Amino acid sequence: MVPLWMYLVVAAGLFCIGLFGVLTRRNAIAILMSIELMLNAVNINLVAFWRYQTPDKIGGQVFAAFVFVVAAAEAVVGLALILAIYRRRRTVIAEDVDMLKW
Amino acid sequence: MEITVEAIVFLVFSAITLGGALQVVLTRNLFHAALYLMLSLFGVAGLFVLLTAPFLAGAQVVIYIGAITILIIFAIMLTPQVTRVLKVHHTQWPVALALAALLFVGLVWTQTPLADELGADGWSADFTVEDPADVPADSLTDLGKSLVDPERYMLPFEAASLLLMAALIGAVLLVNRPDDNPDAEAAPAAGARPDQSG
Repeated sequence: MVPLWMYLVVAAGLFCIGLFGVLTRRNAIAILMSIELMLNAVNINLVAFWRYQTPDKIGGQVFAAFVFVVAAAEAVVGLALILAIYRRRRTVIAEDVDMLKW
Repeated sequence: MEITVEAIVFLVFSAITLGGALQVVLTRNLFHAALYLMLSLFGVAGLFVLLTAPFLAGAQVVIYIGAITILIIFAIMLTPQVTRVLKVHHTQWPVALALAALLFVGLVWTQTPLADELGADGWSADFTVEDPADVPADSLTDLGKSLVDPERYMLPFEAASLLLMAALIGAVLLVNRPDDNPDAEAAPAAGARPDQSG
């Protein structure tokens, strides 16, 4: 098989691309999409370590499945928040929503 | 390492994943970004297949591609100001780029044999495994059983279902709009609101 570190490099690249998106995109929905990319990078790492280090224990896959659940919940609540903000303020640009800024 | 079919497939799926992710972050049109997100997630599903985790690959396609990206596209459609945004990125994007690149270099330096090859000892973790043991044939059965076994992952499983329930109720409460909204003065004009709740 391909050595383990190749999967880790792909996951690291995906995570860093997602991080760049979270830090730079102005649209809140785009930020949410970048967070999904980062969660997927974590999932690749979990499954790769499971496959290469402990394929006889199922824990790695279970953990990745829980990440799916958390990602789904996070996307639902995040998009609901964005829609609620859009109704109030007519914007989805993250830096326009600064009511709490002193 | 000789070039095997598996290595080629791995490279193809990695390229799909990373290329799609780059387009998600860089592309101007938000709708196109959502489609590229689908492509990238599909690449990740392919990597799961290569890692002999077929259940996770299926769940990836069903949950991520089938549900989450569709949800994101709904949100994009419901917030129509995509074309009016002139700048998609922050003005301080070079700082973020430097940060992300630094993190990437650090991760590659510690996770790959690169540091050893360059002569720096003690940096690289031993992640050069090429021949892991075979996955047991009943791993999918084991996954299912472990989720309902009180000795193993039943409690996290129930907590996850509780989390999903809370997210469902929370989303409904957040987006639900009663007719006599006391905070209506925060909106710019009452007549300008499109009536598309539901």
